[in-house]
Amino acid sequence: MIQYAAIILFVFGIYGLFTNRNVIKMIVSLNIMEIGLNIFIISIGYVGGGSLAPIISSTQDLGLIYVDPLPQALVLTAIVIGVGTTALGLAIAKSIFNTYHTFELDEMEESA
Amino acid sequence: MKNVFGFLISVALGIFIILALANTDAFPAFGDVDLTERISNAYLDINNVEQVGSANLVTAIVVGYRGFDTLGEVTVLFISALGVAFIFGGVKQKRLDLDFKPNFMLRVGSNILFGIILVTSFYIILHGHLTPGGGFPGGAIIASAVLLLYLADDRFRSNVKGFKVLEGVAGSIFVVIGLLGLVFATAFLENFLPAGTVGNLISAGIIPVIYVLIGLKVGSEIAGIVDNFLTEEESA
Amino acid sequence: MTFYDIISIVVGVLLLGIAFMAINAKRLINSVLFLSALSMLAVVSFVLLKAPDVAITEAVIGSGLVTALFVFTLLSVRGRESQ
Repeated sequence: MIQYAAIILFVFGIYGLFTNRNVIKMIVSLNIMEIGLNIFIISIGYVGGGSLAPIISSTQDLGLIYVDPLPQALVLTAIVIGVGTTALGLAIAKSIFNTYHTFELDEMEESA
Repeated sequence: MKNVFGFLISVALGIFIILALANTDAFPAFGDVDLTERISNAYLDINNVEQVGSANLVTAIVVGYRGFDTLGEVTVLFISALGVAFIFGGVKQKRLDLDFKPNFMLRVGSNILFGIILVTSFYIILHGHLTPGGGFPGGAIIASAVLLLYLADDRFRSNVKGFKVLEGVAGSIFVVIGLLGLVFATAFLENFLPAGTVGNLISAGIIPVIYVLIGLKVGSEIAGIVDNFLTEEESA
Repeated sequence: MTFYDIISIVVGVLLLGIAFMAINAKRLINSVLFLSALSMLAVVSFVLLKAPDVAITEAVIGSGLVTALFVFTLLSVRGRESQ
């Protein structure tokens, strides 16, 4: 069920990028896309039926089921990359503001 | 008009994604994953776990199996921090004016809290191979502690040069440990220390060492980004 | 319908509702705060998907640091709009 919510979240992000003409709102939309994508990548590694988080509690074979650890490792690094790209985008937005004194793309075109 | 157009394209894209992914081999239905067909089956094999020595399999993958990936990833974070510093660059810098004046109690209390948060972050980093956590969240918690000091004291500026030196040293030791793997074993970043018993604090060879370095590097990078966002040029 | 399913549906509906409000909010600061709430709900969904490592990372970064960076950007430009 969360898988479909993640796909719709990604689509919401694309809709936000289409309709918003504000730099900050566009960065927010990119973040929403990123969250949706992260949840989707995690969800393709989920194993149902009483599975456990991928932390080994015993080296004897007790028939425990663990979820797939590989998507989690990929998303772990992707989140930290995400804060870097968001910070870079916000820095560019601030320098845009210092030049045009607005965040709206339409007003920038008028003043240019 | 523009909103309707964007809405239609988004809906079409969503339907396309859901139809394309429905029950194919690469994306089975939610919860019906068969791990024996995937590469993760080898990671979950108990013999391989004992050879690597890390109880947390995510850490084993991030630092052990895919350590070279992680080196590139911290490089990407470094470059984005460099870009932020470049855009905000300027010679004369001062603190951004916040509207509130923190009183004495807030300053002293946040200094005490700073120590507690720092200890928590080091706990999370050091136990990265046993419990959830590790270098990436631990480093972010270090940056959060620095952010607390910035918010609680309106004149505080962290020692930015010290952070830059820490970051450079941590990254260099990461590469040197990788090269030592080339000397004592066969490949770059190979685990040349004994794996030990799964579940002990001192186990898993070089994995805790590298995670501590990653934690310091990520923490100093994000603290540098926070510092850049809270300063502005003198003339503006 | 197990307890897990009910929680999943509640979290999914809340995720979509808050994402919609974040995209369509009139004021920028509201949009940023809805994004922070969205990160917090993403943490819940990561825990439901048995990914505690990712949940800790998202809790620290998504709801703390990224929100702080957005708020600092908005604080530094307040009162300087052109009109």
